[in-house]
Amino acid sequence: MSAPTLTRPGGRVLEKAAEADAPRRGGATRRRTAGTVLIVLAVVAYLVFRTDGAPDSDDAAAFRFFDSVRDWVDANRDTSPFFLYGINYVRLGVRLLVDVVQAGLYGLGFAGLVAAVSAIALVLAGWRTGLLAFLGFLAFGVLGLWDESVDTLVLTLSAVLLSVLIGVPLGVLAARVRWVGATLRPVLDVMQIMPTFAYLAPMTLLFLIGEPAAVIATMIYAVPATIRITALGISEVPPTAVEAATALGSTRWQLLSKVRLPMARTTLALAVNQTIMLALSMVVITALIDAPGLGQNIVNALERVNVGAAFNAGVAIVILAVVLDRITTNAARQTRIHHARRSRLIQTGIAIVVVIAAALVTINPESLPQWSAAAPVNDLVGWIELHWFDATEGIKNRVSEFLLNPLESVLVTTPWWLFVAAVAAFGTLVSGWRAALIAALSAAGIAGLGLWQHSMQTLATVLVAILLTMVIGVSVGVFCARHDRLATAVRPVLDAAQTMPSFVYLLPAVALFGNSRFTAIVAAIIFAVPPVVRLVERGVRDVPPTVVEAALSAGSTPRQLLWKVQLPMARGGLLLAANQGIVMVLAMVVVGGLVGAGALGYDVVAGFSQRELFGEGLAAGLAIVLLGILLDRLTQGFHDSKGPRR
Amino acid sequence: MTPMIAVADLWKVFGPRAERVPGSALADLPRAELRARTGCLAAVRDVSFEVRPGEVFVVMGLSGSGKSTLVRCLTRLIEPTSGEISIGGEPVRAMTPKRLRDLRRRQVAMVFQHFGLLPHRQVLDNVAYGLEIQGVTKAERHRKATEMLALVGLDGQEHHYPDQLSGGMQQRVGLARALATDPEVLLFDEPFSALDPLIRRDMQAEVRRLHAEVGKTLVFITHDLAEALTLGDRIAVLRDGELVQVGTPEELVGAPVDSYVADFVRDVPRSDVLTLRWIVRDPAPGELVEDVPLPHGTVIRDAVHRVMRAERPIQVVDGEKRLGVIDADQMLAALVSHHRQVPA
Ligand SMILES: Nc1ncnc2c1ncn2[C@@H]1O[C@H](COP(=O)(O)OP(=O)(O)O)[C@@H](O)[C@H]1O
Ligand SMILES: [Mg+2]
Repeated sequence: MSAPTLTRPGGRVLEKAAEADAPRRGGATRRRTAGTVLIVLAVVAYLVFRTDGAPDSDDAAAFRFFDSVRDWVDANRDTSPFFLYGINYVRLGVRLLVDVVQAGLYGLGFAGLVAAVSAIALVLAGWRTGLLAFLGFLAFGVLGLWDESVDTLVLTLSAVLLSVLIGVPLGVLAARVRWVGATLRPVLDVMQIMPTFAYLAPMTLLFLIGEPAAVIATMIYAVPATIRITALGISEVPPTAVEAATALGSTRWQLLSKVRLPMARTTLALAVNQTIMLALSMVVITALIDAPGLGQNIVNALERVNVGAAFNAGVAIVILAVVLDRITTNAARQTRIHHARRSRLIQTGIAIVVVIAAALVTINPESLPQWSAAAPVNDLVGWIELHWFDATEGIKNRVSEFLLNPLESVLVTTPWWLFVAAVAAFGTLVSGWRAALIAALSAAGIAGLGLWQHSMQTLATVLVAILLTMVIGVSVGVFCARHDRLATAVRPVLDAAQTMPSFVYLLPAVALFGNSRFTAIVAAIIFAVPPVVRLVERGVRDVPPTVVEAALSAGSTPRQLLWKVQLPMARGGLLLAANQGIVMVLAMVVVGGLVGAGALGYDVVAGFSQRELFGEGLAAGLAIVLLGILLDRLTQGFHDSKGPRR
Repeated sequence: MTPMIAVADLWKVFGPRAERVPGSALADLPRAELRARTGCLAAVRDVSFEVRPGEVFVVMGLSGSGKSTLVRCLTRLIEPTSGEISIGGEPVRAMTPKRLRDLRRRQVAMVFQHFGLLPHRQVLDNVAYGLEIQGVTKAERHRKATEMLALVGLDGQEHHYPDQLSGGMQQRVGLARALATDPEVLLFDEPFSALDPLIRRDMQAEVRRLHAEVGKTLVFITHDLAEALTLGDRIAVLRDGELVQVGTPEELVGAPVDSYVADFVRDVPRSDVLTLRWIVRDPAPGELVEDVPLPHGTVIRDAVHRVMRAERPIQVVDGEKRLGVIDADQMLAALVSHHRQVPA
């Protein structure tokens, strides 16, 4: 998703990287020596102390603790005041919201809903988007997935409503009240690196499985973007307009409602857009905690290794994503254009009449001509298995044999204290002691959870995936930066890729490589390469043209220009890309637990479905969060090496 | 007559623990040294002046001299550090937030260098904004706004959006917005600096016309001397936050108090600004003069014709009082030398 890109604007980071250059130069040699010494030490320590990598016990203290928490909650759900007067009301409230939205959408009926969505798109975003919405929603009927699509839409809209209700006021406060902003920032930082899976188990513990838990998990996932982008929009309102309104005697409330909010409306529309896209991506995943909708089709189909059926639902999700994205982005764009009020009123009036008329018509979506992607896709997958087996197996085995297995066995056989020490030492070197301390504590926490082997397996997969992602992403990004024509061709693909819900990326990977660890790596690469390409391209393009000109006039070859000028100067962009990429890769690798990647992701999924594995699942979720913090903190320092971020 | 605006010992210091600066030993340090010692920046230093009702009071100074800060202190858009301000006889610093809002709503309006229009509102609603936040009904405020737009020559543009207008027209909207609430005092912070020279001249004429028509008290900030001279009844010169000189255009050009002011006015054609009293000489004993004297308030340029053609020196009088005489020698010196020697 592009939310993190928006909220961590590259400009700021690049600036810092440039600043960091000067003081760093003196210490560079010293750091290099220290790095070498540390590596030698770590290797020696590993050779002396390595373990035989015993598998994780399935009865660790942490699991038992979480199980007992679950038992306590189950026993007290209807008696403890915390639940009676708090959590249970939240659940009832959210349930009510979902029911109202659901009644509204189902009440419109097939024809009514298609008409309503098209009309909204038409009025807010123009006739092209209206047409797109119309065809898109018809397609749900044609694909035979009408009810599932509406269910997904219901959950998404409910979560978006909640996120906007909570996120916009918080965003305004964060922008206007200094201590609120300062308090929220680190919280949002952590929330944004939390992989989707990690939210699910705690939500089921508090809210049971089903729609309310799904909506709340989705809201928690999406609301950081709402808050951040709202705050950004409010703080970007030109102070001159605010000052002029103040000089005329506006109250604080008048300033907010008549100046700040209206002037930030384009950014607010973008906040809603990002919230919707994040919410949709999460809603699909909440199928794992029994939320209805298209996600169910994918999960069930993947369990039966029916790629075709999963693909069919995937197509519906992509259509929904594209329609919602187009409506909101174009609506945001339209906020910049001044319309004649009257023509807009007339348009709205006609639209309402048409929608009401359509709502009175009963059409059964199953009476539409039906088409499913399942059969052709399954044929294709069969064909691939038949003809490409050698190639795909070759790639898979090569990567496993030369990258994944060696790395995994080293990590798994490293004693936990050596790992913690190595994280602390290298962390201090690249990110400053504060970040290193947090990273080392996370590492120690992982060890304490009793899932050492699984965590290290997941880590190995993540490292291999990020390595491949960076190689591919940097090559493509540099290429795009140097060839404008290519960049123009690739950009819409990248745009589209960034609006896809993450779940969808599993499908092509499964089609090619079946169920395996490698499938997760491929999905992670497909998922994370687009943002990496973007950040790298921007980093290279941001190199000042005067510098490039100077280097060319000194007689540099294109290759020298790239290696000696553009890449070193784009370092900030590259490192930011690595940081963003690694967080996305982790999220995807974990989801890969569904398609044979095993390790932590599988533990989490198993925790939902089998009662006796609940504690282990929750522990795995926590391990994922800690792994995320560890990786983020370590790479954060790349582009801010003077010290930890404030 | 009570002054419309009275400012006494006004200080504005930006920076940590700013309130300790005024009145202490630190107050006497030059700006740069104060900054180096305390990290505080004294944007306005111990400024006092009075503005009479109906007067056009111009504040002039180089960029960074504290003009914007000073004018914003008047309605506490920037909170002063110390000193007294009163508007219409009422002390501004003692006002409650509610009373202060009322002052801004009804008594004092401001026009900004960068217009500060609201891009999401049509011109009409921009002009009506001040009335809207006072709770005036829609019909009434639109009527008033239409009237103001006509006054500044923007009839027919009501339903455009600010970004559809040129810079000059946008500033006319700013002007109409300030006039819409019918305030007693208008504050202008370099309102025309962002405009092209030709349009700037138009707008200056517009302000002169409006001042003649509606007769309000104007405080006008500018860094452009020509603008100050054409508009100002009196001009205050600000340097590094301090008032260097306050006086009529003539006093500034004829008797700059120091080299800073002298530098400012050195390129002004003196004969356009100064009156005869600045160039008279004592009559030689027994010198014969023309019969008809000249009044002392005549601008030099307007007297050129007569003096040059006269055969004898002409007397300059202030009523009954004889100030001295002038002849072609004085005239030529005044016409030729723009650069008067700086007084010690
Ligand atoms: N909010 C502020 N914080 C700190 N310094 C300020 C602030 N506003 C203005 N200044 C400083 O005060 C001095 C006077 O500024 P200003 O009043 O804008 O000057 P002018 O309008 O004459 O150009 C400048 O040196 C400026 O940097
Ligand atoms: Mg200024």
